[in-house]
Amino acid sequence: MISTQPRATRPASSPVVRALQHGDIPYRGVIALSALAILGLVVGVGVMLWIYSEPTRVAAGWSFVVETEWNPVGEVFGAAPFILGTLNTSLVALIVAFPLGLGVAIFLAELCPIRLRALLGFMVELLAAIPSVVYGAWGIFVFIPAFVQPLGDFLMNKFGNPSRFPFLPIFQGPFFGASTLAAGLILAVMILPTISAISRDVLLAVPRAQREAALALGSTRWETIWQVVLPYGLSGILGGIILGLGRALGETMAVTMVIGNVSQISASLLSPGYSMASVIANEWGESRTPMYASALIEIGLLLFVTSLLLNIVARLLVWSVSRRNPDAGGGRA
Amino acid sequence: MNTPAARRWTGAAARERKRRLVNILMLGLTGLATLLALVPLAWILAEVVARGSSALNVEFLTQTFKPTSLGGGGIWHAIVGTAILVGLASLLAVPIGILAAFYVVAHPNSAMGLAVRFGTDVLSGLPSIVVGLFIYTVLVIERGYSAWAGSLALAILMLPVVTRTTEEMLKLTPQSLREASLGLGAPEWKTTFSVMLPAALTGVVTGLMLAVARVSGETAPLLFTALGSNNLSVALDKPMASLPLTLFKYAVDPSKTRNAQAWAIALVIVALVLFLNIGARLIAMWRSRMMR
Amino acid sequence: MGQSVSVTLPVGVAAPPLSVASTAVLGAASGLSAKIKLDRMSVYYGAFLAVAEVSLPVYAHQITAIIGPSGCGKSTLLRALNRMNDLIPRARLTGKVWLDDQDIYAPEMDVVDIRRRVGMVFQRPNPFPKSIYDNVAYGPRLYDRIPKSELDEMVERSLRRAALWDEVKDKLKQSGMALSGGQQQRLCIARAIAVEPEVILMDEPCSALDPVATLKIEELMQELETDYTIVIVTHNMQQAARVSDYTAMMMMRPDRAGQVIEFDVTTKIFTRPSDKRTEDYVTGRFG
Repeated sequence: MISTQPRATRPASSPVVRALQHGDIPYRGVIALSALAILGLVVGVGVMLWIYSEPTRVAAGWSFVVETEWNPVGEVFGAAPFILGTLNTSLVALIVAFPLGLGVAIFLAELCPIRLRALLGFMVELLAAIPSVVYGAWGIFVFIPAFVQPLGDFLMNKFGNPSRFPFLPIFQGPFFGASTLAAGLILAVMILPTISAISRDVLLAVPRAQREAALALGSTRWETIWQVVLPYGLSGILGGIILGLGRALGETMAVTMVIGNVSQISASLLSPGYSMASVIANEWGESRTPMYASALIEIGLLLFVTSLLLNIVARLLVWSVSRRNPDAGGGRA
Repeated sequence: MNTPAARRWTGAAARERKRRLVNILMLGLTGLATLLALVPLAWILAEVVARGSSALNVEFLTQTFKPTSLGGGGIWHAIVGTAILVGLASLLAVPIGILAAFYVVAHPNSAMGLAVRFGTDVLSGLPSIVVGLFIYTVLVIERGYSAWAGSLALAILMLPVVTRTTEEMLKLTPQSLREASLGLGAPEWKTTFSVMLPAALTGVVTGLMLAVARVSGETAPLLFTALGSNNLSVALDKPMASLPLTLFKYAVDPSKTRNAQAWAIALVIVALVLFLNIGARLIAMWRSRMMR
Repeated sequence: MGQSVSVTLPVGVAAPPLSVASTAVLGAASGLSAKIKLDRMSVYYGAFLAVAEVSLPVYAHQITAIIGPSGCGKSTLLRALNRMNDLIPRARLTGKVWLDDQDIYAPEMDVVDIRRRVGMVFQRPNPFPKSIYDNVAYGPRLYDRIPKSELDEMVERSLRRAALWDEVKDKLKQSGMALSGGQQQRLCIARAIAVEPEVILMDEPCSALDPVATLKIEELMQELETDYTIVIVTHNMQQAARVSDYTAMMMMRPDRAGQVIEFDVTTKIFTRPSDKRTEDYVTGRFG
């Protein structure tokens, strides 16, 4: 029988029991802990790398970054060749991937029939799903012999003669396939999806009214895109480029397998090089002394810091586009 | 209109042609760029299939390592190793990722909530080799190379993916569900687990699939944690084999047999990765169609 | 006046479309020529008929208003005049739209040129995130490499004609989006004028603005009339009555297609309309 008396809410016996009664406090605590775990990881990675790179940090200080000789046996640890190598390959990758990625983004956002857009976009994103080590194997056995070698030979023969083009050292030989160029090109393929996906989203977020205004003034499709849509989304696209750069900096396996792994500084794209991630991966097994290990960890620390900074800048840029309020009107004369 | 400007424009047939030409040219170039972007995809897939299928057979998948003098053996040890590493990593990453997503959705505008979202993004952008180094300093220095360490490293890489997709899915579940449950007097945790999580389940599943796809091919972090091995082992405190590590070793090996085997491993990994990615996409599409 | 309700009157038979011939008689009598002629023009979105068989003239150097309840297809009709409907994937048009003596939908016509000749101002002001100067100069720059002094002159002229010059002459380099709503709309008008169009289409140009800004724009329209032909869509009947010379009354048919049920000199539409539905609308009995 259903009681017709109003039921009083049962008083709990103690604050602790009350708190635990519905499980809310533990629940909130657990999820807060998990959230903290994520933040903690980001901080923790930095902290641990900082701690374990102390020997070389203390010993060499900033000269670690500019010292060009890397001689573990002689206990000389200069990271400059790797920093430059990383910068070179990343630069090549950006120069190739940016126009291509932007072109893809424009095509998908502005021109492609809507049905195709999701499919083609997905296929481009699949490029990012292929593991780095598979890119590396493809690089060694297929891409270098079939594409990079002929290309490099062509560039070397055409532009690499020091007597004819003394101010153009980037295509000078000798050239054996594994090179900064090879690594840069493969990196370009790997970061293209990042650049194109972000740029595409940025372009799709540009308000329709902007395009209509341009078209109504008699612009062609291209003029609308180039002069109105792209400028509107520029900061977001820039963010995408920076994220792509961040990815390129940290790529390990593909680069290691095709860059040649020679710690020399050369102005030529066609000579073998070395990147920060590659030297860590390659020489890890050989690092016997604490200083050697510390040096490699310090390189890891450098990677961490740059990646962190680039990520922050990029996210802020991409975020700023979505926040921009294009709404005109609604007000005073 | 007879202003000087109007007169100037009406005579500009050549300029109009140029504008039209530039328009067609540039638009065509973007289409070309798209095609060009897809060439490497097709090329890699074709090569992986062509070169990998020759060494791929049942023996290859079920035998463990043998030296080349004895025929080269197979990759069963690596398959088991990857399964253990990824499985363990998932067990670690999925709960934490989901819980963190709950937090973010529950506190969308608080400083901590924003910080966590930001942290997730930053974490997903960290080079995987750096993550491996981190686990090395935390675990391996004390206890040596182990499967635990490898799993931890992979878990860190999976975490942002799971958190992100779960968060997106939770945001899509209607607030009314949550309010209905809370309005009935259900405590917060019950609301989340019985009402919102099932609604967001496809997001969690697709997130897991994508996260697994991401780490199945990861090599660099394992170099400092699980180290790799030629033995079949399920011991979690010892080094463990994995498919990508074996691929790397065999690809740079001078022996042609090993190279062929490397391609076969690539085929296995790529097939897995593609399957997971396409599957996740299909599930998401099916789900969004259902919700309409 | 509620705009959220779209009304279709229970009319037994859809009224026969106005023919160009009958409406042309109107203008011819006062010596006006038709800048634009719509000849049984219909607009379809896929299989759905949005605007049904419109035939009417738009007289040169006059302001023609299109009025009617929400959703009856006024904007669709307007956008057919500068081929902005082309942007919608499944839109198509039957019948003809004549600009002077050219059918603007003929395959050999250059849509880019048509849009220069027939300009448009939108409901919500949409200046580019560029400077005021660059906004106005955008159009002319598309067409020619114009020396700076001439460009400066063009910008000033357009801004003067849009009654904005005095307010912005000292801050031409400032972003166009930093202006108030009414100023932004006048900037958009200046931008449209800068390419020297022949016709200016205005799609509810004042609906996002306050009454003071609205009044300024209405005054502007009267001034612009001398140089341009203007077609304005508005849901504000008083505005149409104040500003326009000719008015087309549109209504939604039972099959949801929009139709022009009456076209006449504005004073007549608002004082002695021929169609009862028009009378009901303009006297505020519904809509």
